[in-house]
Amino acid sequence: MRAMVYRGPYRVRVEEKDRPRIEHPNDAIVRVTLAAICGSDLHLYHGLMPDTRVGMTFGHEFIGVVDEVGPSVQNLSVGDRVMVPFNVYCGTCWFCARGLYSNCHNVNPNATAVGGIYGYSNTCGGYDGGQAEFVRVPFADVGPSRIPDWMGDEDAVLLTDALATGYFGAQLGDISEGDVVVVFGAGPVGLYAARSAWLMGAGRVIVIDHLEDRLEKARTFAHAETMNFTQHADIVVQMKRTTDFLGADVAIDAVGAEADGNLLQHVSSAKLKLQGGSPIALNWAIDSVRKGGTVSVMGAYGPLFSAVKFGDAMNKGLTIRTNQCPVKRQWPRLFEHVRNGYLKPSDIVTHRIPLEHIAEGYHIFSAKLDGCIKPLITVDAA
Amino acid sequence: MTPHAYTPTSPPLPETADELRARIPGWGADLDPADRPAVPRLQLDPGRSGAHWEVPDQQPERWPRERSIEHAMLTPVFGTSCPPKGVSGLIRRQAYARFSEARAAHWLLLVAADRVDTVGSTLGSWVTRRPENPLVGTGIRTELSHHGWSSRVGRDRADVGHHLLDPVVVAGPWLVGGTAVVALARAARRRRRSS
Repeated sequence: MRAMVYRGPYRVRVEEKDRPRIEHPNDAIVRVTLAAICGSDLHLYHGLMPDTRVGMTFGHEFIGVVDEVGPSVQNLSVGDRVMVPFNVYCGTCWFCARGLYSNCHNVNPNATAVGGIYGYSNTCGGYDGGQAEFVRVPFADVGPSRIPDWMGDEDAVLLTDALATGYFGAQLGDISEGDVVVVFGAGPVGLYAARSAWLMGAGRVIVIDHLEDRLEKARTFAHAETMNFTQHADIVVQMKRTTDFLGADVAIDAVGAEADGNLLQHVSSAKLKLQGGSPIALNWAIDSVRKGGTVSVMGAYGPLFSAVKFGDAMNKGLTIRTNQCPVKRQWPRLFEHVRNGYLKPSDIVTHRIPLEHIAEGYHIFSAKLDGCIKPLITVDAA
Repeated sequence: MTPHAYTPTSPPLPETADELRARIPGWGADLDPADRPAVPRLQLDPGRSGAHWEVPDQQPERWPRERSIEHAMLTPVFGTSCPPKGVSGLIRRQAYARFSEARAAHWLLLVAADRVDTVGSTLGSWVTRRPENPLVGTGIRTELSHHGWSSRVGRDRADVGHHLLDPVVVAGPWLVGGTAVVALARAARRRRRSS
């Protein structure tokens, strides 16, 4: 089969690989029809995530058609059109039994701090991802869902991570009616978090980034106020000014490990790998939120330490809430919101790139060329 | 007028709830914090996931699978992408066998193994029918086809400065690998001359 393959930092290509096989009785093999590149894939692409091996296939946002099922699979049949959450999870461990599917303890031998994620390094379990013609899907009876007939492919693929994560990030903020919510990062997850904050009753939503194309999308798609941090001497002071010097009630970090805004922080983490991530957005979130406020973090960071301003967080009495999104738990409500027209995930898609041009897709997204916000990867195994 | 002190009220909002509801489709649809998908938290509900097993079957271990020493056992299911191989594989196995996730040494060894893997794979590709082609693999040609210049210049982007470092990161394995090949060739020549 044809598959995207990592060759080293900033280098990927399409190679011929063996078709995945059933490794466990509850596995399924899915023929991928549409995938996406996630902002967090760029952390792998840039060599920031430890134990990212040459030869791995990335891709944790994908949909497809069931091509083969293991002997214990009951809920799926060959030919089903399915969407697959980015979490690999068992459904029955201590964490899954409490709905924390992203924290499953039974699927990742390489680490206990993180669950299993498709195509996201061996640190996240060593599962090949869906930027390929076929992918192995473990625990097929608990993860994937049949895509509703009324749902389009592009909306479905964005529900497998980006939309679910953005919506989950807004929930982590414990937003109350009338809250002022500031979202750092106008990438796909930040845009969805901003849009979701309104569903939870926010009174103001402010999105901060440095890319004008994305800020424009924040205004039109997420109905948010925007600030370009390059146009202010100190974005924290600007945030204080716009909230009568109180600070926002809720701050959401939708940037994660490769935040810009401080060259030293960025280079020491993203280029020199001396930190688990560049905590610029997280530190801005801590300093922009009011005392007693909530900081929601679903930007992804690596497992090494980062220079986070924890003293400010403690002194301000902040609640910091974090997690990878347990995707499937969000789906029933998100299906309603998509069907009601409250959310239209595919509105943020800017690029559609064939699998054979995967290297171009990664560079365009990484370098933010042509106003790239969300690239999809079209796959045709036929 | 400059205020004399901070007051107990939040600043007034620019729009009322009714105005927001009229402007933004779905405003307030999830207003009740108790009626959101992430609530209730940490409530035991084993039937929720749809699993029809209590203990999952064990996936066969086709080669000795590295695992965190913070785990009691090999997990019942695991990925099979890229088994450890060569020098990088030895480093990875040491990282997993000796150090927990709490130790920086664990992660720094894994990062080192990644770089060794990259250099080794790059060198190895030169003796295959499909050697590395940085012009293709980096997608750098899209700088010409997708407005690399106008996407950056005059746009106040904060990331443009460190984009200059990207070629250094990419070229590193070639420089290290090339230097190693030259050094080995010289050493071999010296040995031949001295024997």
